[in-house]
Amino acid sequence: MTDVSVAKEDVAATGDLVVLKSVNKHFGALHVLQDIDLTIARGEVVVVIGPSGSGKSTLCRTINRLETIDSGTITIDGRPLPQEGKELARLRADVGMVFQSFNLFAHKTVLENVMLGQVKVRKTDKKQAEEKARALLDRVGVASQADKYPAQLSGGQQQRVAIARALAMGPKVMLFDEPTSALDPEMINEVLEVMQQLARDGMTMIVVTHEMGFARSAANRVVFMADGRIVEQAAPDQFFSNPRSDRAKDFLSKILHH
Amino acid sequence: MFDFLEGYDVLGAFWMTVKLTVLSAVGSLVWGTLLASMRVSPVPLMRGFGTAYVNLVRNTPLTVIILFCSAGLADQFGVTLGSEDFKVQGFRLAVLGLVAYTAAFVCEALRSGINTVPLGQAEAARAIGLSFSQTLRLIVLPQAFRAVIGPLANVLIALTKNTTVAAAIGVAEAAYLMKSMIENEAQTLLVGAVFAFGFVVLTLPTGLILGWLGKRLAVKR
Repeated sequence: MTDVSVAKEDVAATGDLVVLKSVNKHFGALHVLQDIDLTIARGEVVVVIGPSGSGKSTLCRTINRLETIDSGTITIDGRPLPQEGKELARLRADVGMVFQSFNLFAHKTVLENVMLGQVKVRKTDKKQAEEKARALLDRVGVASQADKYPAQLSGGQQQRVAIARALAMGPKVMLFDEPTSALDPEMINEVLEVMQQLARDGMTMIVVTHEMGFARSAANRVVFMADGRIVEQAAPDQFFSNPRSDRAKDFLSKILHH
Repeated sequence: MFDFLEGYDVLGAFWMTVKLTVLSAVGSLVWGTLLASMRVSPVPLMRGFGTAYVNLVRNTPLTVIILFCSAGLADQFGVTLGSEDFKVQGFRLAVLGLVAYTAAFVCEALRSGINTVPLGQAEAARAIGLSFSQTLRLIVLPQAFRAVIGPLANVLIALTKNTTVAAAIGVAEAAYLMKSMIENEAQTLLVGAVFAFGFVVLTLPTGLILGWLGKRLAVKR
């Protein structure tokens, strides 16, 4: 993994934002994360790919401690992840998360979904929160749906609202856990476009995905995982045209040539 | 035909039933919600208490609980609930017993409602920085309540009828009056019918209105 520093050179590096050091996790007998070392710089877009069950979603979820780890350390902006409690809640507010199944609050309108965290966590006043929410909904292209309930929206629209909800907290880093895997094919692009825009705007992003097109066009670095390990990481061009490990070659041959 | 009703305050007795029902309903809703929160809390001690309480109380006959409130709490330990008046005291003790008992059923109804809320809802709430209690209060419980309005209507109907047990400690509600009327009047069957009808008048709309509300407020996913 000597190429890590090479891959990072083209990033406007202003320090490391997310650092994982020898992270291990088990699900019962299954060793899902094995000695994971990963450093993500401020402003960097890292795409995590790999076969199902390779631990990439779990890795993503450990970063805001939705999954606990057995050993190792995770630091965000220099501070180690705290134990469950107020401190952790504060840290989670700084880490945006977008889920595969959107998870919009089903009993609240789209606008309320985007306002809730601002009002209840950031203690922003309602008027300001609504302004920001409307601006963000406009930015992701669903401003006209503000007063509807999540179930009335298409999957693509719901996921864009979920991105707006995460952005409303003003996060330092955004985690995307297979954001397009539950979407109908014709809705995938609308979500990827929002993410691409976000990447261009300089947001630090960790994206678990099967969208190789997005990895090629938006990522600074591709991290390839298999069987709970980081097998290979490289700049997208290098990784897709010239993967070094057999595992990555095998994976790419299965998804790219048909 | 209904001459036998003369001299009895039937409406007054049913008004007492309504007061018992409403106060106990509000109390058991609050206490039941707290119990349900304990049963899903991350603190083992709270979970243990909630589980023990529910299993103890829901398996104890209501009559025993109400009698315990009267004979045990009031007579033995001198709990007066802020009144020296025997009637007021009896009423308050009855409400206490009904709340303690009904809350166990509210808790279990609500807990099944919590189980209908997808895990992702709570994860999303935690991911934007809400605390455990905020997540429960703002995201999980509101959706859980809407899912169990039907079962809660059942609990409320059962509670309305259970208030008759308060007669055992001398609270002058409908069943208490019925008992003395049956002793004093010849038309026992009619007396029974009148009181049965009175309860149907109270409970039937409860079921219908809450059933309608449950459908209206259901969370669409």
